[in-house]
Amino acid sequence: MKQKKVKFAFFLDLEYAYKTLLRNKIRSLLTILGIVIGVGSVIATISIGQGASKAIQNSINSMGSNLLFVLPGSSSLGGIHRGFGMLPTLTLNDAYAIRKLPAVRTDSGMLNATQQVIWRGNNWATLIDGANSTFTTIRSWSVAKGVFFDRRQVTSVSNVAVIGDTVATKLFGLMNPVGHVVLIHNIPFTVIGVLSAKGFNAFGRDRDDIVVIPITTMLEKIAGTTWVRAIAVSAISDKDTIRAQSEITALLRQRHHIPLHKPNDFFIRNLSEIAKTANSSADTFTILLGSIAAISLLVGGIGIMNIMLVSVTERTKEIGIRMTVGAKKKDILKQFLIESSVLSLFGGLLGVGCGIGLSDMISLLSPLKTIVTTEPVVISLVFSLAVGIFFGFYPAYKASRMNPAEALRYE
Amino acid sequence: MGNTSLIRLEDIGMTYKIGDIPYEALKGICLNINNGEFISIMGASGSGKSTLMNILGCLDKPTSGSYFLEDRDVSDLTSDELAEIRNKKIGFVFQGFNLVQRLTLIENVMLPLYYSGFHSKEAEYMASETLKLVNLYEKGNKFPNQISGGEQQVVAIARAIVNDAPMIIADEPTGNLDSVRGSDVMNLFLKINAERGSTIILVTHDKNIADYGRRLVTMRDGAIIS
Ligand SMILES: Nc1ncnc2c1ncn2[C@@H]1O[C@H](COP(=O)(O)OP(=O)(O)O)[C@@H](O)[C@H]1O
Ligand SMILES: [Mg+2]
Repeated sequence: MKQKKVKFAFFLDLEYAYKTLLRNKIRSLLTILGIVIGVGSVIATISIGQGASKAIQNSINSMGSNLLFVLPGSSSLGGIHRGFGMLPTLTLNDAYAIRKLPAVRTDSGMLNATQQVIWRGNNWATLIDGANSTFTTIRSWSVAKGVFFDRRQVTSVSNVAVIGDTVATKLFGLMNPVGHVVLIHNIPFTVIGVLSAKGFNAFGRDRDDIVVIPITTMLEKIAGTTWVRAIAVSAISDKDTIRAQSEITALLRQRHHIPLHKPNDFFIRNLSEIAKTANSSADTFTILLGSIAAISLLVGGIGIMNIMLVSVTERTKEIGIRMTVGAKKKDILKQFLIESSVLSLFGGLLGVGCGIGLSDMISLLSPLKTIVTTEPVVISLVFSLAVGIFFGFYPAYKASRMNPAEALRYE
Repeated sequence: MGNTSLIRLEDIGMTYKIGDIPYEALKGICLNINNGEFISIMGASGSGKSTLMNILGCLDKPTSGSYFLEDRDVSDLTSDELAEIRNKKIGFVFQGFNLVQRLTLIENVMLPLYYSGFHSKEAEYMASETLKLVNLYEKGNKFPNQISGGEQQVVAIARAIVNDAPMIIADEPTGNLDSVRGSDVMNLFLKINAERGSTIILVTHDKNIADYGRRLVTMRDGAIIS
């Protein structure tokens, strides 16, 4: 009989709590607004954070695995990549020497600059990337139309260009650009290929807004220099990136005649470091928004406490009647706790709905694809339930401590 | 059954504090009530009848004296122990009916069972049977504000007897009713007293109502005068 009581009382309380809250729809809704906003923003925030991490991961994968960047300058200067031609320490010959190292598969000297590209009346400012014939391998980027330039075209300083999808559309519309001649820096280049479309990267930059030309042509005819801005290196495997890094360091120190006690005049970055930096800034963002959300959950909890106190006062008579016919302290406590829990859990559910809606809207209106996973949903529901129990406790306790004779007199 | 003691009050006193000023609402009350009695407590308004009722009904504790219910001293029990006694031993009927407005009539009748460990099906059955007994079964799913005051008081009586409590305490049960409905309610008390043997303690300021009882106790200024 005792066991049965628990079940009976619990479900009746639950049903009654639900009815009571429905009867005061507007008030219940206003009460849970804080929880709705709190949970909604938690869900939306985390979906943004997870979407950003995924996008960073994707763009790193799309750049190719085992990728290292050799950059001019010293990492002790803060590792900041100075502007074009500011730190002339790396040459194309360095890139060729690096290619011969055992742990290195391919390399690509890189130099880029923003230039106007003109075809007939059309004119588009884009990123001109000087690269080696190994570009497609290192960046895991295929050609959709035509071909990429080969090693012979690099050594012969050819005026050939492979253009990105966006540039192709801007200049040629629906026409096939392959075989046409465009002007870059007033120099004619034959378009020999179009890169496959990659879309936006994690930071909202259009990766297809690019023109790739041989690094030699870039150095001699456009930049007028033999210094490269960076050398992209692909190690033979994931495990060999560290080895490749030390081989490159030894080689370049030797080639640049750096004495033992002097620091490097270049530095090497690997993609996992870059990814870590990007991820940690995404995390900072998530933590910041998350704490705002937590505060609004707290405010939501106080809202619930407030309305439960009002409810307890309003229902003093009912509490008196229940006590008169035999309700014990714990019965009254339970009744009001169930009510505040139902209220806050309902707020949590509504918040999850709003959060998912918000996250979908962000996906729809921005280049970022947000991701909603089960974990934050479950955690915020549990958390809203906890808020309901925590902030509902004081009003429920107050109700349970009433004197039945006095409560009955209340009108 | 008739002569076994149900209630024994020994020198009960009740002093309220209004601010810092003590007010003696009950003074040295001694009273014995046997099982199966129908007793009327009469007195003018303010004479301390409701205060005495609250103590008899274990809703409040006296500030002095001893209260024995079925030979057990209940004057100093905890609030949960008192709740248990109210649930098992006492049925309540008040002037203002005191039904929970948001519960249906049958749910109101089920309420004491709800707090005493009955399975919902069983409780519903017992409440239905009790409502049949007072001829209100058909209205079981209505809410209190959908029926008349007389009917509400009958539902309150059904709630008071559903748990088979040995005693019923009624504080001015006809105070909000016209004389026809009032006599209906009083006849129901007579019937319950006769057929179920429940002890009935009735409080009223109205001599006509008090006359339904078989024993009359009169109060004045917090004391029993006859
Ligand atoms: N909770 C209380 N606090 C202070 N005084 C009270 C309280 N309850 C009753 N009284 C006082 O005690 C006296 C008796 O009241 P009550 O028992 O309600 O009388 P009756 O029911 O006979 O009209 C009255 O003077 C009333 O004002
Ligand atoms: Mg009174």
